[in-house]
Amino acid sequence: MFAYTTPLIGGLLIGAASVALMFLLGRIAGIAGIVWGAISAQPDNLWRWLFIVGLVVGPVLYHLLAGVPNPPPSPLPWWQAVAGGLLVGFGVRMGSGCTSGHGVCGIGRLSPRSLAATCTFMATGIAAVYVIRHLLPGVLV
Amino acid sequence: MKALVGLLCGMVFGVGLAMSGMTDTAKVLGFLDVTGQWIPDLAFVMGGAVLVTLIAFRFVPKMKRPAFNPRFYLPATTIIDGRLLGGAAIFGIGWGVYGYCPGPAISALTYLDDKTAMFVVAMLVGMALANKVSPG
Repeated sequence: MFAYTTPLIGGLLIGAASVALMFLLGRIAGIAGIVWGAISAQPDNLWRWLFIVGLVVGPVLYHLLAGVPNPPPSPLPWWQAVAGGLLVGFGVRMGSGCTSGHGVCGIGRLSPRSLAATCTFMATGIAAVYVIRHLLPGVLV
Repeated sequence: MKALVGLLCGMVFGVGLAMSGMTDTAKVLGFLDVTGQWIPDLAFVMGGAVLVTLIAFRFVPKMKRPAFNPRFYLPATTIIDGRLLGGAAIFGIGWGVYGYCPGPAISALTYLDDKTAMFVVAMLVGMALANKVSPG
């Protein structure tokens, strides 16, 4: 089995779920948008909450049934989790989408906005890791 | 029916995230570390997902209506502005700081690590803050 097999199959499943949500409900499977819709009490909201429940239940079933161990917990300090979470939440709300909404669905729809957003967050993600790991080693983990 | 669709789509999406390695912060940070010990595997996640949506979205949104709703709910705006790019830039930095984007962070709650819970709570706070600063 190649190292790429499970990432590829996982990606195909993510794509299939996104297409199913569009075909059945006419909705974009953007996690940032679904989560925001759920917590800001949009009308017609039950599907959003259950989608989030599914996001948590799916991996439980996968690790259990496929017998794949959970990934190791992050060695990074708690404050880096908080800082990362704040930036991610602020950014996806301001930029109207994340890896799924812009990256998977938006590019699939050939949206220039989503392509621009995806290139931007890929670039700054790579830049952030470069700075943290290679310019400031020891300052952050 | 809509609720069931939400649950099943979320589950398949979540299985995809766990299977692909997106819920493993070490892999994600390794993927973003292109000048270091680069782990290219996760390129296949985005590649596989986009392959499916690129093909299916030629047809699906052109149907009269989705199966269980009166219409498609697609973004109307087409403008590439500072808000879009600024938000995406901030999101990318946060992704590189810890290794989670929103979906995998929620799926990883399954692993019962308190730092993941902190990440998700902070993410919700960040969303609310952004909504306060520039609602829309």
